Amino acid sequence: MHMADALLSPAVGATFWAASLGAIAYCSKKLKENPDDKLIPMMGVLGAFIFAAQMINFTIPGTGSSGHLGGGMILAIILGPYAAFIVMASVLTVQALFFADGGLLALGCNIWNLGIYPCFIAYPLIYKPLTKAGNTSKRIVVAALISGVVALQLGAFSVVIETMLSGRSELPFNTFVLLMQPVHLAIGLVEGFVTAGVINFVRAARPEILESVTSSRQLSPDVSIRKVFVGLLVVAVLTGGALSWFASANPDGLEWSIEKVFGRPELPEQETGIAHVLKNIQGKTAFLPDYNFKTGEKKAGGQESGKDEKTWPSAEPGTSVSGVLGSALVLGLIFLIGFGIRVVRKNKT
Amino acid sequence: MRFDNAYFNLGYLDTLSYRDTIIHRLDPRTKLMATLFFIVTVVSFPMYEVSGLLPFLLFPVLLFSLADIPVKFIMKKVLLVSTFAFFIGIFNPVFDRQAMYVFYGVTVSGGWVSFLSIMIKFFLTITSALLLIATTSFPGICRALQKFGIPDIFISQLLFLYRYIFVLAEEAMKVVRARDIRSFGKRGKEMTAFTGIVGTLFLRTVERAERIYQAMLSRGFSGALHTAKPYGFTGADAVFLTITVTVLYLLRVHDVVGAMGRLSISIF
Repeated sequence: MHMADALLSPAVGATFWAASLGAIAYCSKKLKENPDDKLIPMMGVLGAFIFAAQMINFTIPGTGSSGHLGGGMILAIILGPYAAFIVMASVLTVQALFFADGGLLALGCNIWNLGIYPCFIAYPLIYKPLTKAGNTSKRIVVAALISGVVALQLGAFSVVIETMLSGRSELPFNTFVLLMQPVHLAIGLVEGFVTAGVINFVRAARPEILESVTSSRQLSPDVSIRKVFVGLLVVAVLTGGALSWFASANPDGLEWSIEKVFGRPELPEQETGIAHVLKNIQGKTAFLPDYNFKTGEKKAGGQESGKDEKTWPSAEPGTSVSGVLGSALVLGLIFLIGFGIRVVRKNKT
Repeated sequence: MRFDNAYFNLGYLDTLSYRDTIIHRLDPRTKLMATLFFIVTVVSFPMYEVSGLLPFLLFPVLLFSLADIPVKFIMKKVLLVSTFAFFIGIFNPVFDRQAMYVFYGVTVSGGWVSFLSIMIKFFLTITSALLLIATTSFPGICRALQKFGIPDIFISQLLFLYRYIFVLAEEAMKVVRARDIRSFGKRGKEMTAFTGIVGTLFLRTVERAERIYQAMLSRGFSGALHTAKPYGFTGADAVFLTITVTVLYLLRVHDVVGAMGRLSISIF
């Protein structure tokens, strides 16, 4: 499931962008440490392969609905975690640009949700230990199933966390979790089966591909799984710490300093004209009858709405009319500009 | 024929990006920065904002007309795009039923207002992302990312991926066509058939990668991709970026819709 721009706040989007860029930089560094020219075309073409494979759909047994491949696990098994993460990030970037899956701000979240978990959690902590003691095709199926499910559960849970931190949706946490996790349990199982199927197919046809690739491109021997895990834990704690710092520094729902820079209520104080108008509207909305601030867990939303009220036409008929009229005028004007440019352009050619 | 459509769309967007207009001629870095700034500004609006978002439509509309991009094609893509925002947003009216506005006797709850806000944001952010790629070639965007300090390995990965998407998509299309011709109804679309198809595709991919690698070696490949740089940051870029950032900032800070409304009321 792709996270979407519209559900994100700038703070959450930027934090995950930073985290994903950091992971890309780290993986690039790791790949540079033992350079292998052959890996570059291999990664590129495998990225295109995942892309093409995602476009082929198949029927999910028992449901009749169609599914498609995620691909993170297949890449991790074939290329090893570092290269797989870079490939996954590149596939998601191209999707964000050409199919607008999610959007550009959400790209950081999507790389995190669909790249980090298969490459740095499911593969090293589950798939690898399970297939260590001899590679039978049954073992591969079991390992792929478990790691597929774990990766997708973590990814889905991250979507919930990101949405919650952004405060744009009003879904209660529990409902959201109950909505996301079971759906992704099914998706994870399918992903696991398909991963196992493809890996076993390749193993039967050309086993040397898997062996040569896996032996040379594992996590380098000096990096133990524990180290990677501790590293990820540190990243998680830092991210969480940074986020909660934002939260405490600015109580209205994790709005970042951007919100402070742009925030309408603060700025107009200096600009006399607007401040005057805003204060007027504020005065009117203050004794607005049915308006209740939300309390409890939706505190953030409530406070934002408090801010908001000032810019939205209030229930007082005069301002409502001016709001709707203004909207219509602005929209009309924008379309007129666009249309005008088109006409001028056509006349020229 | 979902596959053929997806493939066609990819190719068409790529073709659009090689047009020659004022917008297309701008430096990719300029467009990338402007688009990112636009998205962050739009998303920074709080959850109950609707009227403040409307003036931001100016940015996509200007890009559509100045860059001569077919509106219908992009709109279709926006509609088809993953509907995640819609499915999550539609819960807002369910959970937030507090009345927010009364407008000529019709009560609008906070949930519908925040849902509308999410959908407008969705429309604006997705459209601007698609317009970025429709006005800037993908290699251009990669070069911009490289200049911004993204690691070289990731850049060459993106360039490689993009170059071979079309090749592999065509190969996958052949396989899918073969499957469709030989199968009837739902047969041939089982997971076992799928893994066979993907496995075959994978083997062909690996063989292709080996051939590509040999071809690259014989042409002197030494681990890094070099690209020509036909773009430069010119005066036009500076003007475009300054105007965009200033206007976006002003639209974010001032209540244009309210001002227009009050103005029109005072006139009539």
